[in-house]
Amino acid sequence: MSQGKLIERYNASERANHWLVAISFILAALSGLALFHPAFFWLTNLFGSGTWARILHPFIGALMFLLFIVMALRFWKHNRITDADRQWAKHMTEILQNKAKDLPEIGKYNLGQKYLFWALLTTITLMLISGIVIWQPWFAPLFPIPLLRIAVLVHALSAFVAILCLIVHVYASYWTRGSIRAMTRGTVTAAWAKHHHPAWFREVMNKNR
Amino acid sequence: MALQSLDIKARSATTTPSPDVRAAGAIPVAKLIDISKCIGCKACQAACMEWNDLRDTIGENVGVYDNPADLSAESWTVMRFSEVEVEQGRLEWLIRKDGCMHCANPGCLKACPSPGAIVQYSNGIVDFHEENCIGCGYCITGCPFNIPRLSKKDNKAYKCTLCSDRVAVGLEPACVKTCPTGAIVFGSKVDMIHHAEGRITDLKERGFQNAGLYDPQGVGGTHVMYVLQHADQPQLYAGLPNDPSISPMVAIWKGITKPLMNFGLGMAVLAGLFHFVTQGPNEAKEEEEEKQ
Repeated sequence: MSQGKLIERYNASERANHWLVAISFILAALSGLALFHPAFFWLTNLFGSGTWARILHPFIGALMFLLFIVMALRFWKHNRITDADRQWAKHMTEILQNKAKDLPEIGKYNLGQKYLFWALLTTITLMLISGIVIWQPWFAPLFPIPLLRIAVLVHALSAFVAILCLIVHVYASYWTRGSIRAMTRGTVTAAWAKHHHPAWFREVMNKNR
Repeated sequence: MALQSLDIKARSATTTPSPDVRAAGAIPVAKLIDISKCIGCKACQAACMEWNDLRDTIGENVGVYDNPADLSAESWTVMRFSEVEVEQGRLEWLIRKDGCMHCANPGCLKACPSPGAIVQYSNGIVDFHEENCIGCGYCITGCPFNIPRLSKKDNKAYKCTLCSDRVAVGLEPACVKTCPTGAIVFGSKVDMIHHAEGRITDLKERGFQNAGLYDPQGVGGTHVMYVLQHADQPQLYAGLPNDPSISPMVAIWKGITKPLMNFGLGMAVLAGLFHFVTQGPNEAKEEEEEKQ
């Protein structure tokens, strides 16, 4: 297999940012699931104890929010949904069957990736707001109990959507061969870029010319 | 931990049965508080402090009799004084001893994420086991009566135990023991309902036509009950809820979302796996690579 030319997709700072978000997301998800369902309570042991999981979870979550916002500001401009994206979505079945041909020219991200971006931005923001409301012992006493009840539900539902997004994101990067190296080494092959993100590929090529 | 004479009916964050083999012998207990007999002496508060070794910080007088002003991690029961005029020109001083109601369907236990931090004994007492408490405050969101309080000292939740340690050895709760007017009585729930009926008949004869028992069915009944002179208006008694029940938010959060989310997340992982094994990887085609 020819190695082909390599194209930079994420610089070192973006990669570091992504993995910091990833680590804090996973830690927040594990401690959050532990407090959500008894079947996952054993996960609190990863954090020392139930009490430690309760103490650490909101700090990890708040840190994740800050790191995510930095990343979101960097990727914001690539995530506006275009007509090409809507056309691309019509080929969804073929794409999932690896049979897609003559797809519309996709930029740096396809519609699935853009939806992931917006879904995570929405749910992580909701989790921050609802999380502050239920944050014991610092902030929760400042809010009325009926609001705490809404917040716990919003927090759980947002977390559910966010964790679903994570599962889809991890799988999609594994399924789409050659993607993971974009976040580990920063580069993708030209063939990968041309196949999956032709509009972005052209843009990069024109810039480098 | 649970005393042998207090078998466990329900345990927080536990999906398997609780040890309740001896439960057949357990008699549901109840504390009956007859508000029409209460003189507001606060002996029950003092007895509660004594028995449970609680010493709340001394507060400030804000011009009302309520002292301390609210429940806290160190004050598990407080007298709440309400001046009302149910009939124009006829002042009534309603004094309600506030504290845990020991619901048959406890919202705190439903909300608690820590296994065994909240237990419900076979006799109906709902007890917090603080050594398992993680300090999340979910019990506060679950309780329809606004009872549990997180301690500022240790971040554990506390509330009235109905003197489970005394009841376990055949004694009545400390507040019952000390009440000088007999406004607080304790016994089997059946006996307490029977006792209340006598009191209600008496009150009705004295002109309180709406006298009645407060044993709200929205939480499955309670193991602390009130005799109210105005049972049609419980809110007169310092905002005692009219028809308390576990909030629908809490019911959804701790009900349907739990299995649904576990199922959803599990299915998402399986969908990925089976998509991969049936459809294979999504690869940039060889010929495209060769063109480079």
